[in-house]
Amino acid sequence: MIQTIVSTDLPVDEKWQIRKNVLTGGTGKKRICIVTGTHGDELEGQYVCYRLNRMVAEHPEWLDGTLEIYPALNPLGIDSITRGIPGFDLDMNRIFPGAEEGTMAESLVHRLMLDLQGADMVIDIHSSNIFLREIPQVRINVNTADRLVPYAQWLRMDFIWVHEAATVLESTLAHSLNSLGTPVLVVEMGVGMRINHGYCERLVDGILHLMYQMGMWRELPDLSRSPQESIVSGIGGVEFVNAEASGVFLTENRNNELVEQGEEIGCIVSPLTGETLQRVTAPARGLMFTLRAYPVVYEGSLLARIYKM
Amino acid sequence: MKEEIIYSMSSPFRDDFRIRGFRFGEGEKTLAVVGSLRGDEVQQLHTCAQLVKTLQQIEKRKGLTDGVEILVIPSANPFSMNIGKRFWAMDGTDINRMFPGYRLGETTQRIADALFKALQGYQYGVQMASSYVAGCYMPHVKLLHTGYEDIQTAGLFGLPYVCVRQPLPFDTTLLNYNWQIWETKAYSLYGGSNSTLDMQVSREVQSAVVRFMERVGLTVADCRPSAGYRPVVFDESELVCIKAPVSGIFFAFRKAGDMVNEGDLLAHIIHPYKGTVEAVITAPAGGRLFFSSDKFLALQSAPLFKICTA
Ligand SMILES: [Zn+2]
Repeated sequence: MIQTIVSTDLPVDEKWQIRKNVLTGGTGKKRICIVTGTHGDELEGQYVCYRLNRMVAEHPEWLDGTLEIYPALNPLGIDSITRGIPGFDLDMNRIFPGAEEGTMAESLVHRLMLDLQGADMVIDIHSSNIFLREIPQVRINVNTADRLVPYAQWLRMDFIWVHEAATVLESTLAHSLNSLGTPVLVVEMGVGMRINHGYCERLVDGILHLMYQMGMWRELPDLSRSPQESIVSGIGGVEFVNAEASGVFLTENRNNELVEQGEEIGCIVSPLTGETLQRVTAPARGLMFTLRAYPVVYEGSLLARIYKM
Repeated sequence: MKEEIIYSMSSPFRDDFRIRGFRFGEGEKTLAVVGSLRGDEVQQLHTCAQLVKTLQQIEKRKGLTDGVEILVIPSANPFSMNIGKRFWAMDGTDINRMFPGYRLGETTQRIADALFKALQGYQYGVQMASSYVAGCYMPHVKLLHTGYEDIQTAGLFGLPYVCVRQPLPFDTTLLNYNWQIWETKAYSLYGGSNSTLDMQVSREVQSAVVRFMERVGLTVADCRPSAGYRPVVFDESELVCIKAPVSGIFFAFRKAGDMVNEGDLLAHIIHPYKGTVEAVITAPAGGRLFFSSDKFLALQSAPLFKICTA
């Protein structure tokens, strides 16, 4: 059943709506919410939402409980290839938990919070941005790691990044709901403005597996495409590789590779002079889980992230 | 006056990115003033440019107190301004939400880091800022409540209002917030709208900085700025906010700076197709219009006016 959880008038003959599809089956009382599309340039979640809908349509008898699918938390953004909310300065994922009396965006976020609160699990699907390509991973704030890592393992992603807490991240959807006791797993995978079918199929399997473990899905999904276990990072084990020159970044590498310390992972070149401005090497041996996808770089642009192993 | 390049960075295809600073006097780091961090802060840029001109004159007639040093950085983001964008052109990030910066981090973190290093250690810090709620503001000093904010000296600018804001998590990366944490008395000066240039507001804000310099003893007494206002100090949450009850074409009769009485007509919201008046906006309380929206389209529940009743 399609439900509209937020609907407000735009100036000229249009409503700003956030919609969800509520799918129910069996007699189970548990509720899982799949949310995505907070950042309008991230699309991997669209495929996942589509496939989950199809799975339930094909096998309604396997669902025991409520699956809620929210494909577009920022519909105006997705429709206009805008990362944020068009016409609004702040990142939508930096204004949670919102405020009833705040700006339009803040009150919208507030209503969204009320809708999601109390779910047994929320999966918030992101796909990096247009600059970086990410392997399928779950990101977890260290303060919630004990509670969430076991759930995250059920998703069978390649990597679970347990990262340090930061004040500015207290205003994300995940942090706001987690601190109210509603568990949220943040999935990052792929690259902005594209859909990687393989990654998405694996996440669908992972979500169904999580639901199976939670007693919400009666059929154990085929997990042959996924690893037996995710690599879980320790705190401080991630090396960032940033550009030290401005130019064009060229690489033959793919992410999800083990790289050796000192191994070349790409170079920054000058199209004007033909010079190599920087040979980019791995600062440590480890799993390269992030790699630059957009070639034009400034000094400081993130090129790769490596989990030291 | 000494002109210097605070930070420069090569770009892939454009000319080099540069942040320029203008230094007056020699000695104790006393006052740093920074203008536009965003590409649409033209008013803020202009106010700083006028301040550079004024400081040059003051310096020429030996009006600066001995042993003080003043730094003015009119813009830390010419790249965005030159191509008509508010945020960093490459990735849409906001330099003013990257403080205290990180030398080894992303591009805008590096810019923030270099800027913050240049701005650190001053006794007073002034930022010509703009709000994420776009519109027209009465000239005022804004302070984030950090426990270090100095409301007393904020009054020395002689602007009509001093507004204190309780910081939200996303405010902790602002320049004003970090300046305070690193023990500079920091003030953000607001007034007017973005992407426009209101000469009167610009002059008022510039005079406020000159007045402040005189009152804290940075200039010898021959500058004689006007007395300014005895400011009204309030918490941002005390403003009476009037929101759009419906969406439509926003037609305002009054704007920031106007005094209004309870019940006064402020605006109409007009149906976008039929031209009928869908909402009549009146003042729920008397006072000064501190903020007015400068948009021509109103979004339902967007703030249209804020009234200071104090
Ligand atoms: Zn995202």
